[in-house]
Amino acid sequence: MLTRRYLHVGLALAMAASVGLLGAPGASAQASLNVAFLPKQVNNPYFDTAAQGGMKAAGELGGQFKQVGPSEATGAAQVPFIQDLTTQKVSAIAVSAADPDAIAPSLKAARAAGIKVVGYDSSPAQGAYDVFVNQADTQGIGQSLVQMACDEAPTCSGDIAILSATSTATNQNAWIDVMKQTLQQSQYSGLHLVDVVYGNDDDQTSQQQAQGLLQSHPGLQVIVSPTTVGIAAAAKVLEDTGSAGSVQLTGLGTPNSLRAYVKDGTIKEFALWNVQNLGYLTYYVAAKLVSGDIKGTPGESFSVPTLGDYTIGDNSTIVLGPPQVFTADNIDQFNF
Amino acid sequence: MSAPVTHQARSADAGPRRLELSLLGRWEVLLGVVLLGLVIVGARLSPVFATAQNFSNLTAAAMEVGIMALPMTLIIIAGEIDLSVESTVGLSSAVLGWLWAAGVSLWLAVPAVLLLGAAGGLLNGLLVTRAGLPSLVVTLGTLALLRGLASVVLGPRAISTFPTEFTAFGFGTLPGTPLPWSLLVFALLGLVLGVLLHATWLGRQVFAVGKNQSAARYAGVRVRRLKTVLFVLSGTVAALAGVILTARLSSARADAGQGLTLAVVTAVLLGGVDIFGGSGTLLGVVLAVFALAMLQNALRLADVSTQLQSIAVGLLLIGSVVVPNVVIRFRRGGGTR
Repeated sequence: MLTRRYLHVGLALAMAASVGLLGAPGASAQASLNVAFLPKQVNNPYFDTAAQGGMKAAGELGGQFKQVGPSEATGAAQVPFIQDLTTQKVSAIAVSAADPDAIAPSLKAARAAGIKVVGYDSSPAQGAYDVFVNQADTQGIGQSLVQMACDEAPTCSGDIAILSATSTATNQNAWIDVMKQTLQQSQYSGLHLVDVVYGNDDDQTSQQQAQGLLQSHPGLQVIVSPTTVGIAAAAKVLEDTGSAGSVQLTGLGTPNSLRAYVKDGTIKEFALWNVQNLGYLTYYVAAKLVSGDIKGTPGESFSVPTLGDYTIGDNSTIVLGPPQVFTADNIDQFNF
Repeated sequence: MSAPVTHQARSADAGPRRLELSLLGRWEVLLGVVLLGLVIVGARLSPVFATAQNFSNLTAAAMEVGIMALPMTLIIIAGEIDLSVESTVGLSSAVLGWLWAAGVSLWLAVPAVLLLGAAGGLLNGLLVTRAGLPSLVVTLGTLALLRGLASVVLGPRAISTFPTEFTAFGFGTLPGTPLPWSLLVFALLGLVLGVLLHATWLGRQVFAVGKNQSAARYAGVRVRRLKTVLFVLSGTVAALAGVILTARLSSARADAGQGLTLAVVTAVLLGGVDIFGGSGTLLGVVLAVFALAMLQNALRLADVSTQLQSIAVGLLLIGSVVVPNVVIRFRRGGGTR
C-alpha cells in the first residue's frame, strides 16, 4: 500500500516538476513589435531558413521573434497554435497555411482581436490574412519546373512524374496546375505527365512514393519534386537504387540540402526563391502592418532594405521575386 | 460521481479486487490533483492561461478526442480496442463534405454520416466477434480501409462551403457562456455512458467481460452481442466527432482526424483504465481528457518547443500505464494474463 501511495505522489510530483522546470513565468516585456512565425511544420529546414530571415529583420527593427508550430503539417494541428498566439496577444502572426480553409476561422478570430496576419509560403483563405507574401508567382514557378524537366529529359521527351507534398497544399497544387497547362504547349508535346504522388513532406513517405514511381513507371525519365523534403528524399532513393543515371531529378529545394547531390551529378539543376529573404520580407511586412504604415490594401507601396520596392497587388498579395536556378556552377554561392 | 465507485466497491468481494478498486478510486483523486496543479502551474507559466477565452479554446480543441474517448473507455474495459476511430473521423468528414457539395441538406447528411459510422463499427464488431479475430488486428485493418475510402470519396479536395450556422456549431460557444457547443455533446454523452457503465447491469457486464470473458459467458452475458454493440457505439461517436471537427475547421477533408486514435487511447489509459480490460472509470477518463488538453495548452503558451511537448505527453502516458501495471503485477506475485 505504502509503495503505491508513494508511486502516485511521485508521479504527481514528476508531472508538476516537468512542467515547472520547462520554463519560468515569461517576464513577457510587452514589446510593441512581437511577431510569431507559424510554419506548416517545425524542424523543417525550409521554414527554419525563412525563420533566420525573420530573425534578421527582427534584429534590425528591434522587435521580438519567435517560431512555433506543429510537428505534423496539418491545418488541424495549426489551429491550437493560432488560438494560443491570439490569447498571448502577439502583435502579428506570420503563417504558412497547411490547409487554407481549416485555419481560416481561427485566423479571422485573431484578426478580430487586433492581431495582424501575414501569410507566407502558402496562403490562408482570403479574408483570413492582411497581406500574403508570395515567394514567386505561381505562373513563373510552374513554367520553370516544366522547363527544367524539359532540360533534363533526353530530347525533351518521355514520361515525367511529380512528387508533391500534401495533396491539399495550396502552392503545390497551383504549381501542378500551371505545369499541366504548360505541358499542353507544343514545345513540350514530347513530355507526358504519368503520375502525381504525395509524400506529405515526410522524409520516409516521400522516399516510399519515389520508390513507388520507379517501380510503377519503368520508362520514367524525370521526377519533378516541387518540395524541399520531396526532392531530397527522391535524390536519396535515386542514389540508393542506382537509378541516378537513368532517371533525372529536378524541382524545388534548398542548396544546402541538395549540394552533395548536385556535386555527384544526381541532380543537374533545381530552383528556389531565396527562402531567407522570404522570411525577412515577411517580418518587414508584419512590422509595417503593426505600425500602421500599410493596411494591406492593393496598390499600397513600400520599400524594404536590400530587397527594394514592393507594391501590394490583387488579393493583397506581394511577390518576393523570380526563382533562382541552382547548378553545379553557382550552388556554392548560396548558403541556406 | 462518487456513487458509482462505492457501488463497485460494494459489489467487490475478493481481496485483490478490492485492493485494485481502491487504487482506482484514488487514481481519480490523483487526476483531480494533477488537474488543479496544472491550472496553478499553467497560470504561473503564462499570464493568459487562466482566462475564460483560453479555457474555451483548449476545451474546444479537446472535444473530438474527448467524445471518442468515452466509448473507447467501454471498449478497453471490455478487453478490446478500436484503433479505427481516426479513420472514421476522416470518412465522416469526407462523406459529409461530398454530400454537402452534391447539394444534400445537412439535416440529411449528418444522420447519414452517423449511420455510416455505425456501419463501420458494425463491421469491426462482426469481424471481432463472429470471425474471432483480435480487435487490434481488425481495427488496424479498418484504420487503413476507412481512410482509403475517405480518400476515394473526396480525393485531395477540401470542401469549405458549409453554411455559417453549421460552422458556428464547431467554432461558436453556448449563448452567454464561453463554453463551446461540443462540450455540451461531451457532457451529455459522458453522463449517459457514465450511468450506463457504473450504475446498470449492462455496465457490470462490460466489466465482467473484460475481467474474464469465459466466466462472463457462463454467467449468461451475451459477450459477442455486447462487444458488437460497443463497436457500433464507437463508430457512431467517431463519426459524430468527425462532424464536429468538420464544423470546427469549417472544412471537410479526407485526412481529417489523422493521428487522433493515439490521443484517444492516451486519454483513456491516463484516465486509469486498465489496458488489459476489466477496470477503469469514465470519470477518470473525463479528467484525463482535460488534463492532457491543459498540459499541452500550458506548454504551448509557455513557448515550450513542440518536441518537448510530445516528450512530456509520452512520459505521462508511460508513467500512467506502465508503472501501475508493473506494480499490480508484482503485488499479484508475478501472475500473467
